[in-house]
Amino acid sequence: MSLSYPDGPLLQAESLGFSSSGPYSLSLAPRCCAGLDGTSGVGKTRLLRALADIDPSKGRVTLNGREREQYTPPQWRRLVAMIPAESRWWHPFVSDHLAPDYKRERAEDLVRACGFESDILGWDVTRLSTGEKQRLSLVRALLRDPQVLLLDEVGSGLDQDNALLLETVVRKYLDDSGGAALWVSHNPEHLERVATIFITMHQDRLQIRKENDLISP
Amino acid sequence: MNVAALSPLDLSIAASLILLLAGLSFNLKLGLESQLIIASVRMVVQLLLIGLVLQFLFSTSSVWLIILVSQVMLLAAGREVRARLKRKLRGFFGYHVGITSMFVSSFSVALLALLVILRQDPWYEPRYSIPFLGMLLGNTMTGVALASDRLTSLFYEQKEVIEQRLMLGESRSEAVSDIRRDCMRTGMIPLVNSMAATGLVSLPGMMTGQILGGTPPIEAVKYQILIMFLIGAGSGFGVICAIVMIEKHLFDDRQRLVLDKLLPEE
Repeated sequence: MSLSYPDGPLLQAESLGFSSSGPYSLSLAPRCCAGLDGTSGVGKTRLLRALADIDPSKGRVTLNGREREQYTPPQWRRLVAMIPAESRWWHPFVSDHLAPDYKRERAEDLVRACGFESDILGWDVTRLSTGEKQRLSLVRALLRDPQVLLLDEVGSGLDQDNALLLETVVRKYLDDSGGAALWVSHNPEHLERVATIFITMHQDRLQIRKENDLISP
Repeated sequence: MNVAALSPLDLSIAASLILLLAGLSFNLKLGLESQLIIASVRMVVQLLLIGLVLQFLFSTSSVWLIILVSQVMLLAAGREVRARLKRKLRGFFGYHVGITSMFVSSFSVALLALLVILRQDPWYEPRYSIPFLGMLLGNTMTGVALASDRLTSLFYEQKEVIEQRLMLGESRSEAVSDIRRDCMRTGMIPLVNSMAATGLVSLPGMMTGQILGGTPPIEAVKYQILIMFLIGAGSGFGVICAIVMIEKHLFDDRQRLVLDKLLPEE
């Protein structure tokens, strides 16, 4: 099942398959935020990894109408950015992990929008808590100007206030840049706040509902 | 050259020290005696055999025989590199890396030394070629094996970090740059340290042997300098070769990490 958009889809996957899952078809329009849920172990993370080209997959994936293979792998991953549930930090300081060409001012704005003081950019990464790492991993990804965000339970371990901040930052980024997001979450309230379409993942297909199809219980 | 020839009695006196140690180990229940004796017997048999082989080789001077012997030495070294990895590479590639890196580290460097520096007639003169190759293989193998072992272990342990870096749009080469540096250091540091300590803390075995054999110390020292340079350069080239090959092998054509090419830890 696929939806049609007036401006054409930003990211489109046709017959995407990996190991014994799929084939899945999916398309994301500019500025759309798709909430993805499904039982544990059904392959949500693997779907994101396949879309980000971190794991091999069959099928056809396009961004702005261009095939994935027409991009170099680093180009593709910079544009279709996956933010894993558990972020990794390997340099000594937070700022070392930002894009080499990042703008200081923009980084500070983003950091503040996520509820930090801007001096956190100079922090030693060993000082960061899990929740702080999660929020900063979003900052780190956004500074690389992705067009599609693949968020894997990012925000699930955060308190309500910080989770809301994160949602606002993502929403604003999508509105400003015209990008799209696919956000894996098990939290229905969170998905109802951010998602414009809802996708439930099954072993063999994706079940897609638009916002207005929702039937409240 | 006059060497004080050793009689079987002389060697028995030295061997009795090992027996004494084994007896002591037995009495004190240190549990080392059987291993010690087995290793000693192996050492004697293997050295006597290689002595016979070398004596035969020196007397024939057949180039084909030397090529055969050097190939066997190279294959054995390549196999040994693979055996020293905790996380081995699946399939034939494990041997391929070991043999190719040892070829680069030792074979090519030994050839260069024989053809350009030593210039014996014939160039493959076994009194030079076989000990040179042996010394290079033995000394560069440690570095190549240490670096390869560290590389495959780090790829496994740091899978998440490598993938995180790929997700941020780094290339394969950027994503493993820290690991590569770490492995290069691991492979080279023992050698750099031993170069720095040579002559002060330790007298190298080859040089000592030559001096015992009657070579003037300054000639022996020149040979030692030559061999240290060859070992240093050979180790470096071998380590780089192993790192490049393994790194390329553990990514696919879309720069995705493929760790199922590694066997589980033993």
